[in-house]
Amino acid sequence: MLLIPCPWCGPREEAEFHYGGQAHVAYPENPAALSDEEWARYLFFRDNPKGVFAERWSHSAGCRRWFNALRDTATNEIHAVYRVGEPRPVTS
Amino acid sequence: MTPRPPGAHLPEHPDRLWSAAEPKAAYDVVIVGGGGHGLATAYYLAKNHGITNVAVVERGWLAGGNMARNTTIIRSNYLWDESAGIYEHALKLWEGLEEELGYPLLFSQRGVLNLAHSLQDVRDSVRRVEANRLNGVDAEWLDAAQVKEVCPIVNVSPDVRYPVLGATFQPRAGIAKHDHVAWGYARAAAALGVEFIENCEVTGLRVSGGRVTGVDTTRGAIAAGRVALCAAGHTSVVAATAGIDLPLQSHPLQALVSELLEPVHPTVVMSNAVHVYVSQAHKGELVMGAGIDAANSYRQRGAFHIIERQMAAALELFPVFARAHVLRTWGGVVDVSPDASPIIGLTPVDGLYINCGWGTGGFKATPGVGWCFAHTVAHDDPHPLAAPFSLDRFVTGALVDEHGAAAVAH
Repeated sequence: MLLIPCPWCGPREEAEFHYGGQAHVAYPENPAALSDEEWARYLFFRDNPKGVFAERWSHSAGCRRWFNALRDTATNEIHAVYRVGEPRPVTS
Repeated sequence: MTPRPPGAHLPEHPDRLWSAAEPKAAYDVVIVGGGGHGLATAYYLAKNHGITNVAVVERGWLAGGNMARNTTIIRSNYLWDESAGIYEHALKLWEGLEEELGYPLLFSQRGVLNLAHSLQDVRDSVRRVEANRLNGVDAEWLDAAQVKEVCPIVNVSPDVRYPVLGATFQPRAGIAKHDHVAWGYARAAAALGVEFIENCEVTGLRVSGGRVTGVDTTRGAIAAGRVALCAAGHTSVVAATAGIDLPLQSHPLQALVSELLEPVHPTVVMSNAVHVYVSQAHKGELVMGAGIDAANSYRQRGAFHIIERQMAAALELFPVFARAHVLRTWGGVVDVSPDASPIIGLTPVDGLYINCGWGTGGFKATPGVGWCFAHTVAHDDPHPLAAPFSLDRFVTGALVDEHGAAAVAH
């Protein structure tokens, strides 16, 4: 089980959280202008790296706030957590 | 009469069935991934299409990934026509596979029950039974008392949190011994000239002028006329080296077995709502699978709370399991697609073919996908049963949405 450091509450067990997938996926500014390929890309395609991944978590059984994390999907190590609206931290 | 010890009817472990090859400079076809799908594809390429200058390149050992980690359930009771087509084709091949491969697979058609726990479950299940029948797939709707007749150890008492209101039953479904399936395909493919290169990880796809020309591996470059990906959870990683993005997310999927027990469980029981599926292996272990871990990961292990929830569900359905001990838990990495259906077919790179997105349910399809994917590779054109599962369905919108509808514990 992951130990996830909520930026509001500190480290808590994974079971308290809800996963939200890839972070920083913005809703298209003008959806009606998108081609089918662009819409498919927005709707269905997400990064799936074996390595550092910027992802969303919600501390659903705690403060109930969404936040972002940088986690290595090859090791599950969490490099950083940051609040919504903050830029993605630079990690080595 | 003295009872036979568990496993006494199983065959002895065989001698080595194929020789580990050194990579040659070039092959007509390189298959990336030596799991069930890769081995079956190699076999049907040689058997059905006469393409024998084939190498299966595997980063570990043959059938050591998800082929060694699945819960061996075989069924074809999917809702949609497209799914019924390929899964039922697979099931028909399973029914003749021991003879075809000349190898014991311990294929046991003991049926599968997909339990319904709510009125909506019941409606969806009855609909699926009718859809299955229209597609020539055997299916029945059973009420709770009939469920108890098929599997006496299921708790059908109405006073539990998720009472069993009934189930769909596919009598031709069952289980097989996953290792034997891999060995059977490998042996038969080796006899036709296919080579297996183990401990050889593909680190990159070589593309020139929009056409694949080979693979880079940890044992050097290998030229190939065509490359077929059967890399399951690592498909995104391999495809990215050719600049191809796929709508896949890799997740851990966990399963576990109990200690060896006397035969108590005569069939396969799946419950989508409470997320557990259970059968009893020939040797006597109860084999139970869970749902995926929510977070993406390439780690072949998952979180304990998933196992805990799965056990809670299993105990409510099967109170008799309360004293059984867990022997072993494990995880594999599965590639999940947006519509819970596989992606099979051509790619934007000429000569490069993908077979991925099987998520939690690829084992049952092994013979069918091997058959259809080999055809796709051999003819550079999707097999009719594979055609609906093309990559471009995410652009056209022609999804094959099997989330929940298939009674799949995704």
